[in-house]
Amino acid sequence: MISNEFNLIIALIAGIGFGFVLEQAGFSSTKKLVGLFYGYDFTVLKVFFTAGVTAMIGVLWLAHWGLLDLSLIYINPTFLWSALLGGAIMGIGFIIGGFCPGTSICAASIGKLDGLAFVFGGGLGVIFFAEGYPLVKNIYLSEAWGGVLMNEMLGMSKIMFAVLLTVVAFIAFYLTGLLENRVNRVPTAVNKRKRAIYASAIGFALLLLAVIAFFPDSKNRMEARINKTVIQKDFTSASVPADQLASDIVNNYYRINIIDVRDTAAFRAYHLPFAINIPYEIMADRRWGKILDQKHKVNYFYADDKQIAAKAYLLAGYLGNAENYILNGSAVNFHKLFSNLTPPGVEANKSEIDTYNFRQKSATEMKILVDALKNSSEPVIAKTTKIKGGC
Amino acid sequence: MNPYLAGFLLGLVLLGTIYVTGRGLGASGAVKSVVLSTVVKVAPRHVANTPFIKSYSEEHPDGPLKDWLVFEVIGVIIGAFFSGVISNRVGIKLERGPNITNRTRIIAAIIGGAFFGFGSQLGRGCTSGAALSGMAVMSFGGLITMVAIFGSGYAFAWFFRKLWLK
Repeated sequence: MISNEFNLIIALIAGIGFGFVLEQAGFSSTKKLVGLFYGYDFTVLKVFFTAGVTAMIGVLWLAHWGLLDLSLIYINPTFLWSALLGGAIMGIGFIIGGFCPGTSICAASIGKLDGLAFVFGGGLGVIFFAEGYPLVKNIYLSEAWGGVLMNEMLGMSKIMFAVLLTVVAFIAFYLTGLLENRVNRVPTAVNKRKRAIYASAIGFALLLLAVIAFFPDSKNRMEARINKTVIQKDFTSASVPADQLASDIVNNYYRINIIDVRDTAAFRAYHLPFAINIPYEIMADRRWGKILDQKHKVNYFYADDKQIAAKAYLLAGYLGNAENYILNGSAVNFHKLFSNLTPPGVEANKSEIDTYNFRQKSATEMKILVDALKNSSEPVIAKTTKIKGGC
Repeated sequence: MNPYLAGFLLGLVLLGTIYVTGRGLGASGAVKSVVLSTVVKVAPRHVANTPFIKSYSEEHPDGPLKDWLVFEVIGVIIGAFFSGVISNRVGIKLERGPNITNRTRIIAAIIGGAFFGFGSQLGRGCTSGAALSGMAVMSFGGLITMVAIFGSGYAFAWFFRKLWLK
């Protein structure tokens, strides 16, 4: 994540872009803004809707290729009544004052006194709210639905909603264009070149949406690649036998991560000493990044199903730069080898006796270590925090 | 500038902001930050009795100088000024409807601003933060705020037409 100071520089740069474009669009003029409500100038709608749709398609596009994590970005929370009432009050402010906060600042920046007056009024309004808060507190906090999305409310997928909104926007542009010309008594000119440009813009937007809709996203592509490789690849060089892992646990427990990729129930029933549970289904979640992408500890993956362990190994390879290995054999097998050991009979050869001694010793030492480090060995799981936004 | 081009560029600015910081743009929050921080400085005892300001100052101990939106708004001032300079639109001016006086315009602007200031706190955002940025992330809260703003504007337009039309 970005440092706090750099974040503020970004804010400044974003603001410069914001202010420049708003003023270039003519939004420092109150008469142009109010034209929306009286039908003679729909610039506000054109700019607003275009910006919203552009950013929306852009967000979906970035998310599709794995460049943006939609679960982390700030979603304006829904507080049903205060949004509606607040919006209604703002609407009155718009029609009386002829600005909104952003445009009033733009206007004030180029010397418009009415813009300045609006900003001043805005400050007063904030103080009125703060002072009168006890009166509105109930409405302000009521019906807190959280970060509900528009497509959720309509029961459709994100991409479906995006297509719908884009189409609605283009229809709105066409209709308001006609209306504007009607109100201003201007004949609607058919400019071939403009038509071509607008048509290609619409086509481009819909093309982007189509790609998002029909091409597998980065998560699906990675899964497909893993499923293909896991059948073909030979994992011998990446596998370690149980005895070797046991030895590593006893001697190097502080330099290894033992990762159980089975489900939580299996983990609770039995897990290797010092193992942490990262079920394969959620391995790609950002919160495991600190474990999967680091250079200090070696990662050992194990499961009961050989294929899942192999898939986890492959996925870890995509997710980070750590040194990864797979345990040869299942967790159940490891458990069997290092518990309830029966001493070899009288006829046992040296190798069997050595193996028994080694395993018995390892089992004991592993138990001692786990007991001794019971509290201090919990791995630190980084919590992913959602971005705090706000207006 | 062609409004669709302006909208497209604005969309790119918004997209860039979301990509880099995870949040969208806003405006009313900056006013809130400056105003409330000033009250905190000027009247600390009063703040202790006013829960809204008190909790705000507790959540934002660093004041406006460390507030994302305040820096953004400083940028807006710079960007708008620059745009005004290159388009020769800078100057002390006052725009009003043809049927009212300058004085009426200023008073209306202040009143309108007050409504917007109050409403933006209640609605948790204004057209930039709730409506525009909300649309980009498909937030339902953003949508209903936007619909309420513009719906209300249309509903009351007739009553205030004297401010704007002949």
